Amino acid sequence: MVDIPYEGIPGIPPAEVPDVELYHPRSWWTRYVFSQDAKVIAVQYALTASAIGLVALVLSWLMRLQLGFPGTFSFIDANQYLQFITMHGMIMVIYLLTALFLGGFGNYLIPLMVGARDMVFPYVNMLSYWVYLLAVLVLASTFFVPGGPTGAGWTLYPPQAILSGTPGQDWGIILMLSSLILFIIGFTMGGLNYVVTVLQARTRGMTLMRLPLTVWGIFTATVMALLAFPALFVASVMLLLDRLLGTSFFMPSLVEMGTLSKYGGGSPLLFQHLFWFFGHPEVYIVALPAFGIVSDLISTHARKNIFGYRMMVWAIVAIGALSFVVWAHHMYVSGMFPQFGYFFATTTLIIAIPTAIKVYNWVLTLWRGDIHLRVPMLFALGFIITFVNGGLTGLFLGNVVVDVPLSDTMFVVAHFHMVMGVAPIMVVLGAIYHWYPKVTGRMLNDALGKFHFWVTFLGAYLIFFPMHYLGLLGVPRRYFELGDAAFIPSSAHSLNAFISVVALTVGFSQLVFLFNLAWSLFKGEAAGGNPWQATTLEWQTPETPPGHGNWGKELPIVYRWAYDYSVPGAEEDFIPQNQPPRATQVVQGAAS
Amino acid sequence: MSAIILFLAVIAVIAGWWLSQQRLMAKPWLEEGPVGDFPGGDTMTWPAAKIGLGVFLAVAGSLFVLFISAYSMRMNVTDWRALPVPRLLWLNTGVLVLSSGALQWSYVAARRYDVEGVMIGLLAGGASAVIFLAGQLLAWQQLGAAGYFMASNPANSFFFLLTAVHGLHLTGGLVALGRTSAKVWRGAEAADMRLSVELCAIYWHFLLLVWLVLLGLLTGWTDDFINICRQLLS
Amino acid sequence: MAVALILLLVAIGSVLFHLYSPWWWTPIATNWAYIDHTISITFWITGFVFVAVIAFMAYCVFRFHHKEGRRADYNPENKRLEWWLSVGTGVGVAAMLAPGLVVWHQFVTVPADATEVEVMGQQWQWSFRLPGKDGQLGTSDVRNIASDNPMGLNRDDAHGQDDVVIENGDLHLQVGKPVKILLRSVDVLHDFYVPEFRAKMDMVPGVVTYFWINPIRTGTFDVLCAELCGAAHYQMRAKVIIDEEREYHAWLGQQKTFAELSPGNTIVKATYQSGGK
Repeated sequence: MVDIPYEGIPGIPPAEVPDVELYHPRSWWTRYVFSQDAKVIAVQYALTASAIGLVALVLSWLMRLQLGFPGTFSFIDANQYLQFITMHGMIMVIYLLTALFLGGFGNYLIPLMVGARDMVFPYVNMLSYWVYLLAVLVLASTFFVPGGPTGAGWTLYPPQAILSGTPGQDWGIILMLSSLILFIIGFTMGGLNYVVTVLQARTRGMTLMRLPLTVWGIFTATVMALLAFPALFVASVMLLLDRLLGTSFFMPSLVEMGTLSKYGGGSPLLFQHLFWFFGHPEVYIVALPAFGIVSDLISTHARKNIFGYRMMVWAIVAIGALSFVVWAHHMYVSGMFPQFGYFFATTTLIIAIPTAIKVYNWVLTLWRGDIHLRVPMLFALGFIITFVNGGLTGLFLGNVVVDVPLSDTMFVVAHFHMVMGVAPIMVVLGAIYHWYPKVTGRMLNDALGKFHFWVTFLGAYLIFFPMHYLGLLGVPRRYFELGDAAFIPSSAHSLNAFISVVALTVGFSQLVFLFNLAWSLFKGEAAGGNPWQATTLEWQTPETPPGHGNWGKELPIVYRWAYDYSVPGAEEDFIPQNQPPRATQVVQGAAS
Repeated sequence: MSAIILFLAVIAVIAGWWLSQQRLMAKPWLEEGPVGDFPGGDTMTWPAAKIGLGVFLAVAGSLFVLFISAYSMRMNVTDWRALPVPRLLWLNTGVLVLSSGALQWSYVAARRYDVEGVMIGLLAGGASAVIFLAGQLLAWQQLGAAGYFMASNPANSFFFLLTAVHGLHLTGGLVALGRTSAKVWRGAEAADMRLSVELCAIYWHFLLLVWLVLLGLLTGWTDDFINICRQLLS
Repeated sequence: MAVALILLLVAIGSVLFHLYSPWWWTPIATNWAYIDHTISITFWITGFVFVAVIAFMAYCVFRFHHKEGRRADYNPENKRLEWWLSVGTGVGVAAMLAPGLVVWHQFVTVPADATEVEVMGQQWQWSFRLPGKDGQLGTSDVRNIASDNPMGLNRDDAHGQDDVVIENGDLHLQVGKPVKILLRSVDVLHDFYVPEFRAKMDMVPGVVTYFWINPIRTGTFDVLCAELCGAAHYQMRAKVIIDEEREYHAWLGQQKTFAELSPGNTIVKATYQSGGK
């Protein structure tokens, strides 16, 4: 590359940014609606994702009503049931979790945590949100088109996804694929921002090894998403062409409802490879930000540095890289070349090692800590339990031969809900309790928060832990009703009813949380700038909530890593990252 | 899927090389102190837009390589009938090379702050890119007239799909090129102009490279090449 | 400390639930007890890790929760501990993976004496086909499918004439005889799923997939579809009956061959002789 020095001293961005470089809102519209401020965009992302997420939550209630009490609710038929599971899965995985972690938390936290004034491409960032909103609207519109949304399952496997035996074959699937394509375009715009901001706009002194793990997690997840989402894009475009123009990328010769179709020669397995080439990294795209955020929650509320920071960073990078070579463990019983099983089982189980290290380091951080059991910490503990549980059942499904009897049963449903449903949601909720004071300037109500935590955590565990055993018994997933099957005892139906009752309870308890969010906005206790006495930069802003440009006149300068809690010899039990060292205070590292 | 794995391996090597410069082995808790005491780990010195373009090229590259992966998996099925590549494509390729060359010229001129040269280069590059796109459309029309429709064979489907995706990327590039031209026309500051022109040139070279790879694939050269490699290895 | 106690109770409760759960895998009907053993090994290892991690966490919460005047230790890392934990995890993972791969090798290695049986899935029913006395299944193609040839057999293939075709019926298998189950679909993905068999595999239109089993006990078992295949996925049922040799051949003698089912019967009738002995 040509190395011409650009203006400024290499390596050190100017501490004082000229006013003209920052975008300034001029009216109410550009301040709150078409805003280019990452903090506003973050809130927009979070609200939109939560709104569509609530729709998915209601869908899950309808599913549970049907599963728990088959035949009781005549307004749910088999077609609708499939439409509910499809939309529930797609919304939760992509439109809620991915958007919330990267678009929501990423936008809010990255510029603040790395000490930047904003994302590097604010205009593109704004565009990213509006394209995302469009994708959500297109998705939501499928509920109102003739034939309704697609019922192909969130995996959208062809040939079934675009044939007439599946509900939503008309408009549903076309709009679903279009919405995915839009989502990916929007996400790419945002993702470029997150990555380049971390690479290029870190403040002075913020070396990579001084970054909070939250930034490491979101950064790595974004890099993965940028490389993995194109696979979904390719699959969606080709499936859309198969549906609209009658090409045969994925469609073999087949008989559709008794007549020979026009398709021929295509490979359904090709779609599955593309889908899971995206789909498996997607699991870690949701998990890595959760890993990062939960590390910071635990460290802050245990008043102790995160144990093994370096291992934590290396593990995030290793998991990110490995997750691209494990995709076919979703396809052990797909009929692919059987010898692949050895390779993918091995890589899948190897990925358990860096993941286990992260778990050990979280619990070791608690050891000899000063654990404040505030609501964010409770959610972090809830995350550890549900994640360990879900991660360990992953060792069943990753081990190729064990997967054979368990695949496509409720065991799989229980596993992935525990590990990438409940566990990340625990982190999302904990993170909201943790950062709400920074976003709004007010604390969330503590008593309501504790009630919310216990109902959500214990309830979710009661839903999904017993569900594994239904799968072990052999109950298949995606069944409108189980019907007569000799191997399913009547007690299994009782368990299903129990799970449904708990699910509805947990679902409704979220109203307490919504109430808390709204009530505290006006009536919550004033938070001050740094209510948790945390070290990271977002708590050191001159204003709370942070003003436009985040840092007032001068950018902060970073002198230390993000985890100086309970440093021996220091007066307070935390030292902010931007606090200059005192000459007398010498840290004797307790490294062994 | 071997193509995409190879592509990601290259990305991983680049990322690994970069990370190796970032002192990931350092013990950050021992490194308390002011800026500059601990070398390494500084932010990148390139302008954000250039890094952004680099990341975007990785994403777009991943997209094209995934299409290529799908292509190479689908073409092994017996119903594949390769379609005759229109001769026009060779002409189009030449035009695209010219386009890329014009932008390189423009970039060289920008380094000398030769505004006139920059403008000529940009306009020539933009015009030839438009000619390329028109040529591609003409090639589509010729194929359609000869009875090679999108859905009649997977080889045709891939031909139309790949050329369309490439064309859309080029169209997007034309928007950026238009903005750059407007900027130069209004008289931009030297560094700003140089950066914009440089980014356009990089993007054009990337799309030229992608096109050459796609052309190799569509004409079947890549197959021969892979077969030769396979024979050499075995 | 209530929080620590509840966390501990979650771990203990999970173990108790596991031990006393009335929901457990179905009594196995094939040779794949190896799979059950591998699952058991995995349960032991993961169960131990689960309880150990949660108990440790609960202890930390109990012992180190905030009190006036407490100050946390400063402990950035402990290389040796981290290495030991990694190595221990690696050993545990290997202990699950190694038996898994060994059993997978058996799973994909079909014994030479296995007979073939074909299962065909379509929206939303199962059909079965057994080779006739020539011991070979005839070829098939979706393009041959017609109302009088629902499985799409090739009429010109001599091997296909004596194939036993079972439409809307149950499949019978003989106990103690290894069988390679060939799987085919004519429309969308299906999955031939019998919980008692443990083995299963997707059926992909355009491809023939397979798995093999050796039935070890007689009985009647439900066949379900385990890959979402459209609106009536949940209703796609059949039965597999595993018989002793005598009953099996009695059943086989009553079945019709493809030639017998063909209209006009222009081709020489090839009646199936029971057992071919």
